[in-house]
Amino acid sequence: MATHNKKDIKFLTAANFKRGDAKYCRFKKYGIKYIDYKDSEFLLRFVNEQGKILPRRITGTSLKYQRKVAQAIKRARHIAVLPYLADGVK
Amino acid sequence: MLKQYETVIILSPLLSEDELKTATSGYTKWLKKKKAELVHQESWGLRQLAYPIENKHSGFYVVLEFKAENTTVAELEVELIRDNLRVLRFLTVALDKYAIKYNEDKRAGLVGRNKKNVQSKEANA
Repeated sequence: MATHNKKDIKFLTAANFKRGDAKYCRFKKYGIKYIDYKDSEFLLRFVNEQGKILPRRITGTSLKYQRKVAQAIKRARHIAVLPYLADGVK
Repeated sequence: MLKQYETVIILSPLLSEDELKTATSGYTKWLKKKKAELVHQESWGLRQLAYPIENKHSGFYVVLEFKAENTTVAELEVELIRDNLRVLRFLTVALDKYAIKYNEDKRAGLVGRNKKNVQSKEANA
Protein backbone atom coordinates (compact mmCIF):
# COMPACT_ATOMS: atom_id res chain seq x y z
CA MET A 1 0.00 0.00 0.00
CA ALA A 2 1.63 3.19 -1.16
CA THR A 3 1.59 5.61 1.67
CA HIS A 4 -1.05 8.22 0.89
CA ASN A 5 0.25 11.74 1.11
CA LYS A 6 -2.02 14.39 2.47
CA LYS A 7 -3.35 15.56 -0.90
CA ASP A 8 -4.65 12.17 -2.08
CA ILE A 9 -6.64 11.55 1.10
CA LYS A 10 -8.38 14.87 0.66
CA PHE A 11 -9.81 13.82 -2.68
CA LEU A 12 -11.04 10.48 -1.42
CA THR A 13 -13.49 12.19 0.92
CA ALA A 14 -16.11 14.60 -0.41
CA ALA A 15 -14.47 18.00 -0.50
CA ASN A 16 -16.66 19.98 1.86
CA PHE A 17 -15.70 23.58 1.80
CA LYS A 18 -18.06 24.60 4.59
CA ARG A 19 -15.46 24.89 7.33
CA GLY A 20 -17.47 24.31 10.53
CA ASP A 21 -16.89 27.10 13.09
CA ALA A 22 -14.16 26.01 15.49
CA LYS A 23 -15.66 24.36 18.58
CA TYR A 24 -14.41 25.72 21.88
CA CYS A 25 -14.55 24.52 25.44
CA ARG A 26 -17.04 26.88 27.06
CA PHE A 27 -15.60 26.14 30.49
CA LYS A 28 -12.16 27.35 29.53
CA LYS A 29 -13.52 30.28 27.54
CA TYR A 30 -15.86 31.61 30.22
CA GLY A 31 -13.63 30.54 33.08
CA ILE A 32 -16.21 28.30 34.71
CA LYS A 33 -14.51 26.19 37.33
CA TYR A 34 -17.35 24.31 39.03
CA ILE A 35 -20.30 22.54 37.43
CA ASP A 36 -23.23 22.37 39.82
CA TYR A 37 -24.98 19.00 39.74
CA LYS A 38 -28.21 20.58 41.00
CA ASP A 39 -28.47 23.05 38.11
CA SER A 40 -30.59 21.00 35.68
CA GLU A 41 -31.21 23.56 32.95
CA PHE A 42 -27.47 23.96 32.47
CA LEU A 43 -26.78 20.22 32.48
CA LEU A 44 -29.53 19.64 29.90
CA ARG A 45 -27.22 21.26 27.35
CA PHE A 46 -24.86 18.29 27.65
CA VAL A 47 -27.51 15.62 27.32
CA ASN A 48 -29.36 14.45 24.20
CA GLU A 49 -33.08 13.76 23.91
CA GLN A 50 -32.80 10.31 25.46
CA GLY A 51 -30.93 11.78 28.42
CA LYS A 52 -27.58 10.39 27.34
CA ILE A 53 -24.38 12.39 27.87
CA LEU A 54 -23.23 14.08 24.64
CA PRO A 55 -19.71 13.18 23.44
CA ARG A 56 -16.93 15.75 23.43
CA ARG A 57 -16.76 15.86 19.64
CA ILE A 58 -20.23 17.40 19.61
CA THR A 59 -20.07 19.68 22.62
CA GLY A 60 -16.42 20.55 22.09
CA THR A 61 -15.57 20.56 25.79
CA SER A 62 -12.03 19.71 26.85
CA LEU A 63 -11.31 16.38 28.55
CA LYS A 64 -10.87 17.86 32.01
CA TYR A 65 -14.28 19.52 32.01
CA GLN A 66 -16.01 16.69 30.15
CA ARG A 67 -15.19 14.47 33.15
CA LYS A 68 -16.61 17.08 35.52
CA VAL A 69 -19.76 17.37 33.38
CA ALA A 70 -20.15 13.59 33.28
CA GLN A 71 -19.75 13.36 37.06
CA ALA A 72 -22.23 16.18 37.63
CA ILE A 73 -24.77 14.54 35.32
CA LYS A 74 -24.40 11.20 37.08
CA ARG A 75 -24.92 12.90 40.44
CA ALA A 76 -27.95 14.76 39.07
CA ARG A 77 -29.38 11.46 37.89
CA HIS A 78 -28.89 9.96 41.34
CA ILE A 79 -30.97 12.68 42.99
CA ALA A 80 -33.60 12.47 40.23
CA VAL A 81 -32.86 15.94 38.84
CA LEU A 82 -32.05 14.32 35.50
CA PRO A 83 -33.61 11.09 34.19
CA TYR A 84 -31.48 8.03 33.50
CA LEU A 85 -33.32 7.50 30.23
CA ALA A 86 -36.13 9.49 28.76
CA ASP A 87 -37.79 10.21 25.45
CA GLY A 88 -37.75 13.90 24.76
CA VAL A 89 -36.11 15.13 27.90
CA LYS A 90 -35.44 18.54 26.38
CA MET B 1 -9.37 21.04 59.42
CA LEU B 2 -13.10 20.93 58.80
CA LYS B 3 -13.91 20.13 55.21
CA GLN B 4 -17.07 21.48 53.66
CA TYR B 5 -19.79 19.07 52.52
CA GLU B 6 -23.14 19.40 50.83
CA THR B 7 -25.95 16.89 51.29
CA VAL B 8 -29.07 16.73 49.17
CA ILE B 9 -31.91 14.81 50.81
CA ILE B 10 -35.15 13.80 49.11
CA LEU B 11 -37.98 13.35 51.62
CA SER B 12 -41.11 11.40 50.87
CA PRO B 13 -44.02 13.52 49.55
CA LEU B 14 -46.43 11.80 51.93
CA LEU B 15 -44.98 13.77 54.84
CA SER B 16 -47.21 16.47 56.27
CA GLU B 17 -45.87 19.99 56.70
CA ASP B 18 -44.82 19.61 60.31
CA GLU B 19 -43.37 16.12 59.85
CA LEU B 20 -41.24 17.67 57.13
CA LYS B 21 -40.10 20.41 59.53
CA THR B 22 -39.28 17.98 62.29
CA ALA B 23 -37.27 15.87 59.85
CA THR B 24 -35.15 18.76 58.56
CA SER B 25 -34.69 20.36 61.99
CA GLY B 26 -33.82 16.93 63.33
CA TYR B 27 -30.87 16.70 60.99
CA THR B 28 -29.70 20.24 61.61
CA LYS B 29 -29.83 19.63 65.38
CA TRP B 30 -28.03 16.35 64.91
CA LEU B 31 -25.30 18.16 62.96
CA LYS B 32 -24.95 20.79 65.71
CA LYS B 33 -24.68 18.05 68.29
CA LYS B 34 -21.81 16.59 66.24
CA LYS B 35 -20.10 20.01 66.36
CA ALA B 36 -20.59 20.44 62.63
CA GLU B 37 -21.01 24.03 61.51
CA LEU B 38 -24.11 24.45 59.33
CA VAL B 39 -23.16 26.89 56.57
CA HIS B 40 -26.42 26.99 54.71
CA GLN B 41 -29.75 25.22 54.60
CA GLU B 42 -32.12 25.33 51.66
CA SER B 43 -35.24 23.47 50.70
CA TRP B 44 -36.71 23.39 47.22
CA GLY B 45 -40.10 22.20 48.50
CA LEU B 46 -42.13 19.65 46.61
CA ARG B 47 -40.57 18.90 43.25
CA GLN B 48 -41.32 16.48 40.44
CA LEU B 49 -38.81 13.63 40.27
CA ALA B 50 -37.26 12.76 36.92
CA TYR B 51 -38.14 9.11 37.53
CA PRO B 52 -40.25 7.45 40.22
CA ILE B 53 -38.35 6.53 43.40
CA GLU B 54 -40.16 3.87 45.47
CA ASN B 55 -42.99 4.58 42.99
CA LYS B 56 -43.43 8.12 44.20
CA HIS B 57 -43.33 10.83 41.56
CA SER B 58 -42.44 13.82 43.68
CA GLY B 59 -40.39 14.61 46.75
CA PHE B 60 -39.28 17.34 49.12
CA TYR B 61 -35.70 18.38 48.42
CA VAL B 62 -33.53 19.64 51.29
CA VAL B 63 -29.96 20.86 50.72
CA LEU B 64 -27.66 21.08 53.75
CA GLU B 65 -24.25 22.67 53.46
CA PHE B 66 -22.00 22.18 56.46
CA LYS B 67 -18.43 21.99 57.64
CA ALA B 68 -17.62 18.78 59.49
CA GLU B 69 -15.06 16.11 60.24
CA ASN B 70 -15.04 13.24 57.79
CA THR B 71 -16.24 10.83 60.46
CA THR B 72 -19.43 12.85 61.03
CA VAL B 73 -20.34 12.47 57.35
CA ALA B 74 -20.33 8.69 57.69
CA GLU B 75 -22.45 8.90 60.84
CA LEU B 76 -24.87 11.29 59.14
CA GLU B 77 -25.35 8.83 56.31
CA VAL B 78 -26.06 6.04 58.77
CA GLU B 79 -28.74 8.25 60.30
CA LEU B 80 -30.20 8.90 56.86
CA ILE B 81 -30.25 5.20 55.97
CA ARG B 82 -31.88 4.32 59.28
CA ASP B 83 -34.60 6.90 58.59
CA ASN B 84 -35.70 5.08 55.44
CA LEU B 85 -39.41 5.74 55.93
CA ARG B 86 -39.05 9.46 55.44
CA VAL B 87 -35.88 9.72 53.38
CA LEU B 88 -36.18 8.47 49.79
CA ARG B 89 -32.65 9.30 48.73
CA PHE B 90 -29.65 11.36 49.74
CA LEU B 91 -26.30 12.35 48.26
CA THR B 92 -23.35 13.82 50.15
CA VAL B 93 -20.64 15.64 48.21
CA ALA B 94 -17.37 17.13 49.37
CA LEU B 95 -16.96 20.70 48.16
CA ASP B 96 -13.64 21.94 46.79
CA LYS B 97 -12.72 25.60 46.78
CA TYR B 98 -14.38 26.29 43.45
CA ALA B 99 -17.60 24.69 44.62
CA ILE B 100 -17.59 26.74 47.80
CA LYS B 101 -16.98 29.92 45.80
CA TYR B 102 -19.76 28.97 43.38
CA ASN B 103 -22.25 28.41 46.18
CA GLU B 104 -21.39 31.71 47.79
CA ASP B 105 -21.70 33.54 44.47
CA LYS B 106 -25.02 31.89 43.85
CA ARG B 107 -26.32 32.97 47.23
CA ALA B 108 -24.84 36.42 47.16
CA GLY B 109 -25.46 38.17 43.92
CA LEU B 110 -25.32 36.15 40.82
CA VAL B 111 -28.53 34.22 41.45
CA GLY B 112 -29.60 32.16 38.50
CA ARG B 113 -26.18 32.56 36.95
CA ASN B 114 -26.39 31.52 33.35
CA LYS B 115 -23.20 29.66 32.64
CA LYS B 116 -23.25 30.75 29.03
CA ASN B 117 -22.78 34.45 29.50
CA VAL B 118 -21.37 34.41 32.99
CA GLN B 119 -18.76 36.87 31.83
CA SER B 120 -21.36 39.45 30.83
CA LYS B 121 -23.17 38.94 34.16
CA GLU B 122 -19.99 39.66 36.08
CA ALA B 123 -19.29 42.62 33.83
CA ASN B 124 -22.49 44.38 34.72
CA ALA B 125 -22.96 42.82 38.17
